[in-house]
Amino acid sequence: MLELMNVNKAYAESRKVLTNLCYTLESGAYVAIMGESGVGKSTLLNLIAGLDNPDSGEIRVNGVAISQLDDDAATQLRRKQFGFVFQAFHVLPHLTVHQNVALPLLLNNGSTDQVEQMLINVGLRGRGQHFSHQLSGGELQRVAIARALIHRPALVLADEPTGNLDPDTAHDILQLMRTEIKANGATGIIVTHSHAAAATADLVLNLTKDGLFLTQSEHRQ
Amino acid sequence: MTTASLSRWLMLGEWRSHYTQVGVTLIAIAIGVAMAYSIHLINTAAFNEFSAASKSLSGQADMQVRSRKSYFDESLYPWLAKQKGIAVANPVLELDVAVVGQQSTRNDQKLKILGIDMFRAAQISPDLLGLPEQGKILDRLASDTIFLSPAAMEWLQVKQGDDLHVYAGLHTLRLRVAGGLVRARAGQRLAVMDIGAMQWGFDQLGLLSRIELKLQPGVNHASFKTWLTEELGATYWLTEVADQELRVANMSRAYRINLNMLALVALFTGAFLVFSTQALSVIRRRQQFALLRVLGVTRAQLLRYVLTEGLFLGALGSVLGLSLGYLIAVMALQLLDGGLGSSFFPGVKPNIFFDPAAAVLFFGVGLCITLIGGIVPAMEAAYARPAPALRAGSGQTVVEKWSSPWPAVICLIAALLFTQLPPIFELPVLGYVAIALLLIGGIALMPRFTAGFFSLLTGRLHRCEMGAVSTLVLARLTNAPGQAAIALGGILASFSLMVAMAIMVMSFRVSIDHWLGQVLPADLYVRVATTGDQGGFQLKEQKVIAESIGFDRVDFFRTQQLTLDASRPDITLLARPIDHDDPRKTLPLTDDVIPPESLPEGIIPIWVSEAMVDLYKFRVGEKVVFPVGTAFHEFVVAGIWRDYGRQFGAVQMQLTDYQRLTGDMSVNTVALWLHDGMAMDTVIENLRQLSFGSALEISRSSDMRALSLKIFDRSFAVTYVLETVAVIIGLLGVGASFSAQTLARAKEFGMLRHVGMTRKQILIMLAAEGGLLTALGIVFGFVLGWSISLILIFVVNPQSFHWTMQLYLPWSWLMSIALMMLVSASLTALMAGRQAISGQVMRAVKEDG
Repeated sequence: MLELMNVNKAYAESRKVLTNLCYTLESGAYVAIMGESGVGKSTLLNLIAGLDNPDSGEIRVNGVAISQLDDDAATQLRRKQFGFVFQAFHVLPHLTVHQNVALPLLLNNGSTDQVEQMLINVGLRGRGQHFSHQLSGGELQRVAIARALIHRPALVLADEPTGNLDPDTAHDILQLMRTEIKANGATGIIVTHSHAAAATADLVLNLTKDGLFLTQSEHRQ
Repeated sequence: MTTASLSRWLMLGEWRSHYTQVGVTLIAIAIGVAMAYSIHLINTAAFNEFSAASKSLSGQADMQVRSRKSYFDESLYPWLAKQKGIAVANPVLELDVAVVGQQSTRNDQKLKILGIDMFRAAQISPDLLGLPEQGKILDRLASDTIFLSPAAMEWLQVKQGDDLHVYAGLHTLRLRVAGGLVRARAGQRLAVMDIGAMQWGFDQLGLLSRIELKLQPGVNHASFKTWLTEELGATYWLTEVADQELRVANMSRAYRINLNMLALVALFTGAFLVFSTQALSVIRRRQQFALLRVLGVTRAQLLRYVLTEGLFLGALGSVLGLSLGYLIAVMALQLLDGGLGSSFFPGVKPNIFFDPAAAVLFFGVGLCITLIGGIVPAMEAAYARPAPALRAGSGQTVVEKWSSPWPAVICLIAALLFTQLPPIFELPVLGYVAIALLLIGGIALMPRFTAGFFSLLTGRLHRCEMGAVSTLVLARLTNAPGQAAIALGGILASFSLMVAMAIMVMSFRVSIDHWLGQVLPADLYVRVATTGDQGGFQLKEQKVIAESIGFDRVDFFRTQQLTLDASRPDITLLARPIDHDDPRKTLPLTDDVIPPESLPEGIIPIWVSEAMVDLYKFRVGEKVVFPVGTAFHEFVVAGIWRDYGRQFGAVQMQLTDYQRLTGDMSVNTVALWLHDGMAMDTVIENLRQLSFGSALEISRSSDMRALSLKIFDRSFAVTYVLETVAVIIGLLGVGASFSAQTLARAKEFGMLRHVGMTRKQILIMLAAEGGLLTALGIVFGFVLGWSISLILIFVVNPQSFHWTMQLYLPWSWLMSIALMMLVSASLTALMAGRQAISGQVMRAVKEDG
């Protein structure tokens, strides 16, 4: 599903973030990536998503070298195959919940019929016509998860999805995310500092300046 | 469902959330388009009506024969009538006469009378035939009858059968209103008489203004024109209808185009507003656009979306503007004349018609202006890298990219170069381009200038103890000046244009005032209502006036119209006593002059107006030939003088030279200098007691100066309105931009409130930011405005109207505008801030972008 081959990325000569990173992730896996601040977790997600380019090395998603694609092709790939969940939610404030969730479908010229069902799945029944200022933090992240999954992407990338939530809400969201990603048959990568969040993953990888390593298994809650 | 739905959702969502800014932008575009469209409609309607009215006087004539002088001997007529190829030759005598009781120094207050041969005119211009009472057909040939158009009857308050008294030189002529005309245009003040009766009654025996020719069918116009031009020689002009239209168009072209340009200024200011609104809107939504890019929206789609958003605004604003413009045009014509206060279209009463082609054009202009204003922000939105843009606080990097000085410097250099280039088709096109470039360059430099200035200020103040508010204000203005400078774009554009217009108009006014002092040195001016080319005052009357008691000095003036180019309006020849030793004592000369002692012997000197240099290439020291009297003579151009009265050219010469060349001893005007202590009213009363006193137009020079300045102010009234509109648009821009900015900074305010800043402190901070920025903008705008005024004064005016003026800075007026701007902008910033820091702000810290 995802192959990282000798990926290097530096922001300056003195600030190398990723060095000769190699890893292969199987389809349907749900992994958590942990690591110290500044080690390059978010950078890695950006590279995987084609939002940034590695200085050298290659990243393949389902056999496609995303780092070799031009902006339009990378955008098309992202549109069809990726879903995103952010720490800051990034729910568009001027669109309703329904419209926010429907965004990926619109971009893929798909029908928006399944939006209501997805809202029910994420626990937002009857909230479709609400705007972001009418929702709590947990509800906003549910919208983001629904938006990340609505178009059935192959790969869901989540960057600190519970960083802005209280522990109880975070727990609910993590369970929901896992359930929905699994139900959709997607591959999930979650970047987090939280051990509780990491514990929901099948695998926990630790990113250090020396590479990406499988750490001691976390117990899924 | 498609991406079109997404665009619609996004656009409607954005408009719903920021309807105030959207509304203000719409209004700005609408006002700009409305002003430009209404001015165009009024000018076009007035010009077309004036042109149609002028053409209607010639009926179906193919060609016209005119003389280089306004009038010529009728002996040409029988010769022409006999020529092969001419079906009908129609002699016409045209005079603008003063009507008793309607006496005025303004030309548009005179009645145009055409003297025609009824039998000939019936074949060429049947509309001009009089409509006598039933059974009185011979009234058309009577010596005491006149036929008036409906507009003339209304103006003179007469009807069929009434008497009408008009001046014929120093005498009064009584005419009977025998009826109306077969057809006349609405508002056209026109009268028709039998040509013989007119020549006799107005003492114009043997004179004609023109002969209209209708050619026989099958005659080749071009070869006939060539042949007849050669036969007639240099004394006459043979013109076709197209030449006459060109002549009419040339009369008002510069005025119309300058007014249109001024109207476009309001639209141009609107472009800056669109730019600042769109730019700030893009900065505010930077994270949202980045999210869309992450979710799979391509660059092209995003670019298209942001441009479409702008174009929708442009289209809506333009449609609103066109409707408003039409209404303004209709209403303006109810209140003002077709010349909008100028005297280019005297007496014309045009009707406004919806012009689809012009509507499409101005719709396109509105759309283009919006597109120009929105293209840079759209490019930024599309080409921003999504990953960094998703992080909050990256907006400033956007503006840093725009603050590169090179485009601005290139604009400024190009502006400088364009000021040095000649006019195109006698219009200052490149002068206006230079103004636009100067504005764009100047405004683009504003962020750098702001950062540099406040950085300097912060450096100076860094050792001083400063409170939290002052520290925050200076830090923002120093480190994030770009967004603030964008907010100032609109106000900078309108303020600098207002400064430029104020300097130009006041320089013009002061120059005219000074010029009037030079050209009206006498205490009193006495004229006789002119009839044709005759002087009015013969030697006998001149002697009577000169010998009247109470005068130190009496000067006589002779003026005449000359046609040097059939496609241009006539020039004026002024013969008068000019100081031999120092012509500067008599004439408002520029520095381009030959001293009297260096003038060549045996050749007559003339002094020409600046327009003669531009239009006819008369240069100082050159010998020129043109007709004075019945023959051509050679003259040397001895100097150039400023003439604000006649933009189509004028020539001055010694009265004695004129009389020697022509033998014409008559004059039109007498300038009188009173003895010290002599009461003006007594002198005027004495003049009225003369046998021809009732026919005299007596004017005090002080009244003439006051009247001239009043006419000047009236002509510029519409420009003041347009300036005010530009400033209102600018202020709307400040309001929209500041409120957009404060909305974009909601999180910052929320954080400040969290760390303990009071609402009042935030408001003070916003007002101080707005005030300091506006103050700097005013200083910068003043420099920019002053530079633009130099282009207006030294490039646009000379190229449009062929006159130069001295530079004058109306300090008190400029200070008042600056103060008004400062207060308005600070208040606007304050109001925008008050709205932004309402209850929502505390939540903004927690909300996502």
